[in-house]
Amino acid sequence: MSEGTAPGATGARGILVTHGNMAAGMLDATRKIAGAPADALVAVSNEGVGPEDLVRAVSDLAGDAPSVIFTDLQTGSCALAARFVCRNPAGRRVIFGVNLPMLLDFVFHRHLPLDELVERLVERGRSAIRSQTSEVGERGDRPVPR
Amino acid sequence: MGIALFRVDERLIHGQVTVAWGNELSLDRYLVVDDRLPQEDFERELFGLGVPSDASAEFVSVEDARGLLPRWTASEESAVLLTRDLDHMVRLARGGALAGLSVNLGGIHHRPGRDRVLPYLFLDSDDRQRIRALEAEGVTVTAQDLPGARATPGRKLVDD
Repeated sequence: MSEGTAPGATGARGILVTHGNMAAGMLDATRKIAGAPADALVAVSNEGVGPEDLVRAVSDLAGDAPSVIFTDLQTGSCALAARFVCRNPAGRRVIFGVNLPMLLDFVFHRHLPLDELVERLVERGRSAIRSQTSEVGERGDRPVPR
Repeated sequence: MGIALFRVDERLIHGQVTVAWGNELSLDRYLVVDDRLPQEDFERELFGLGVPSDASAEFVSVEDARGLLPRWTASEESAVLLTRDLDHMVRLARGGALAGLSVNLGGIHHRPGRDRVLPYLFLDSDDRQRIRALEAEGVTVTAQDLPGARATPGRKLVDD
């Protein structure tokens, strides 16, 4: 976890748009680990929501402030709504395939310029997906810390 | 093969359709019958992103679809035919075009005036009238969001 940037620093707002209760669960986990301020991340579910209402809800949350919209899948109703909202992308970006490491990093770096932030988050999210086998291989002969 | 599933779903091509039904029915084609989308390049492009790489999609108006139905139903490919609302499906079914077939209601969501019937199905009096109209055309209507879910018969959906 970065110590240089306090979670309370202002910056982009994150909008989690997912199927079912995934967004609420990820938001809860992020807050428990990183202590994110209430306005840093918001959760939206597509449960029982029609496509036009979902677009409206996400667009209203994004408002005029810089926003990063995180979706679970690259396709489907959540991703479609995000793409609609970011059709004119000034101040809005979308990241598909959200995971928890990505959100934790967002909390501490959301003050960065949007394009730099998005590039960073995608890299962080991607690099956090590992198998234990590859982890052991990378550790090599490094001694066990005492 | 032909059209393995007729479905009313506001979300059209999305996860439940491509993942759950797509695997269940080994879908090759996604036929979207909609009067607006054939003129909307941006939206068609977005929906096209959701089509699995080994499948294809077509977007046609109700009028064109009525002409294409015989070819679609005779095709050796397995297809799903999607409309965003009941109105499009009723117009497609007119004159007995879908007689003897089944239509699946998979996603009609909340808006003012609609009552919750199932977690994924909200209907108002116009929607119920359209379900009756489909049944009058010889169509069997059921509600079922996923292949493994229990199908709710149309009769139960229109009982106020």
